Amino acid sequence: MTDDISTLRRILRDCRTIAVVGLSPEWHRPSHFAAKYLQAHGYRVIPVNPRCAEILGERCYPDLLEIPESVDMVDVFRRTDDVLAVAHQAIEIKARCLWQQLGVVNLEADRLAREAGMDSVMNRCVKIEHARLFGGLHWAGVNTRVISATRPH
Amino acid sequence: MSDHRFQPETLAIHAGQIPDAATGARALPIYQTTSFVFDSAEHAASLFNLATFGNVYSRLSNPTVAALEERVAALEGGRAGLASASGMASEAMALMTLLQQGDHVVAAGALYGGSVSMLAVNLKKLGIDTTFVDAASVEAFAAAMQPNTRAVFAESLGNPSLQLLDIAAVAEVAHAHGVPMIVDNTVPSPFLCNPIRFGADIVVHSATKYLAGHGTTLGGVMVESGQFPWDNGKFPGMTEPSVGYHGVKFFETFGDFGFTMRARMETLRVYGAALSPMSAWQILQGTETLHVRMERHCRNALAVAQFLRSHPRVSWVNYPGLPDHPQHALVAKQMRVVDGVPGASGLLAFGVQGGLAAGVKFIEAAQFMSHLANIGDTRTLIIHPASTTHRQLDDAQQRAAGVLPDMVRMSVGIEHIDDILWDIDQALSKAGE
Repeated sequence: MTDDISTLRRILRDCRTIAVVGLSPEWHRPSHFAAKYLQAHGYRVIPVNPRCAEILGERCYPDLLEIPESVDMVDVFRRTDDVLAVAHQAIEIKARCLWQQLGVVNLEADRLAREAGMDSVMNRCVKIEHARLFGGLHWAGVNTRVISATRPH
Repeated sequence: MSDHRFQPETLAIHAGQIPDAATGARALPIYQTTSFVFDSAEHAASLFNLATFGNVYSRLSNPTVAALEERVAALEGGRAGLASASGMASEAMALMTLLQQGDHVVAAGALYGGSVSMLAVNLKKLGIDTTFVDAASVEAFAAAMQPNTRAVFAESLGNPSLQLLDIAAVAEVAHAHGVPMIVDNTVPSPFLCNPIRFGADIVVHSATKYLAGHGTTLGGVMVESGQFPWDNGKFPGMTEPSVGYHGVKFFETFGDFGFTMRARMETLRVYGAALSPMSAWQILQGTETLHVRMERHCRNALAVAQFLRSHPRVSWVNYPGLPDHPQHALVAKQMRVVDGVPGASGLLAFGVQGGLAAGVKFIEAAQFMSHLANIGDTRTLIIHPASTTHRQLDDAQQRAAGVLPDMVRMSVGIEHIDDILWDIDQALSKAGE
């Protein structure tokens, strides 16, 4: 898995279209919070949830294979046991990054994704990492671990 | 691939401050503003709901203050920091976020006087009881725990007792009861000791002391380890919708920095003990040289302790850095090595032969050692507790508080060691006349 600052920054800069697997329509759920944050920061969010037709103003798809456009990152809000099937689909649609959310750690999915040449992140929240590496979280006093002599961009 | 692990010397200079996004300024800009504009009504709503991170009003957060918060959090190896107007304010932020009426605290007995007052008088007034125990006795901490205990509080290196806390052992007592261990780490500074490494959950600092170092500016910082299991059933304020802030569930929403967010939004926001951006900037000017100063403080203090020990007009010396100090093994375990020996910071105490009158004469005879109540300054500071800070107590009460009639407390500065020893020697001569 990937966990260093420069790779995470590259992933978050280059991946502009993010399929959020397991995105909840409930406003107070962490997946909803994170996806809304990503939209507010210029990312295209494509919800993946077989039980919904539309979330956050975007058409919702039952699985990754049904998405008719290209996807850069697959962000997984599912139980660890369910990630392997998602990883297979992510490879099939040629996504560039498999991102397992905070608390989600499927090592087999991580290995498959890396073997397919993808970036793989585990046990991290995409919203918190974006805020950590691009400014916002620093304002909350969080130890971002960013040591640098260049401006954030 | 993993990130490079930076040493404290580098963190003291860089952590929390990268070049300014707007201007490229390399040094830290002072954002001397009360308020920050919203881009839109939606942006404002999103900030107030904590759905996005950003600045609203400097009583809650400010970019200059944030640099200090992140720097101290990084130096302590913690997850997040919260600055406030003084060390006492930071202690209040931690305790008042954590505790409510009916709760109980177990605290070390030989704490800084202000901390004793906060627990024994101010929090007592709000229906929060404290049991004070001998800081050197792990068993005493364990015996004092009650079903309603919600925090254990102690100093890593006591002021003015100079007693070390066995942080790992006392943290284990706290954790066995499912409550956090709060450690005041002001005297060692984060350069010499990191309580989180030994199991502390919350660390508080008076940044006025070594973190600033120059004796010009008041400030405090609270740091959260990010490792305490707030969902263990004892802290509904962390897991249930917040009555004080928009129904936010702080632990679910912010995870390992949830306590810091709650302290910021529920406590700092309401009580208003915010640190000014100018003060944060001034403190950070000192923090950049923390490592250089602490090494010199340790070196000078050890030399002073050794000098005093062999001085005919001195009856006793208490400095945890002396190899035969009763707690020296603990000093070696918990404190950073300086010059090949455990660094024990700059505070020491000693007895002037001749009792109270000689102690007073010593203080008055000093030429450049300053008679004042602060510690952790670049200047050498001295005080005679029996005739100043503890003078309202009778002899027996003073002894119970660890204050002997002949005791002088010294915060050894970073002047030239020969000059410090000269001033001590000439003042001791006059005290003996």
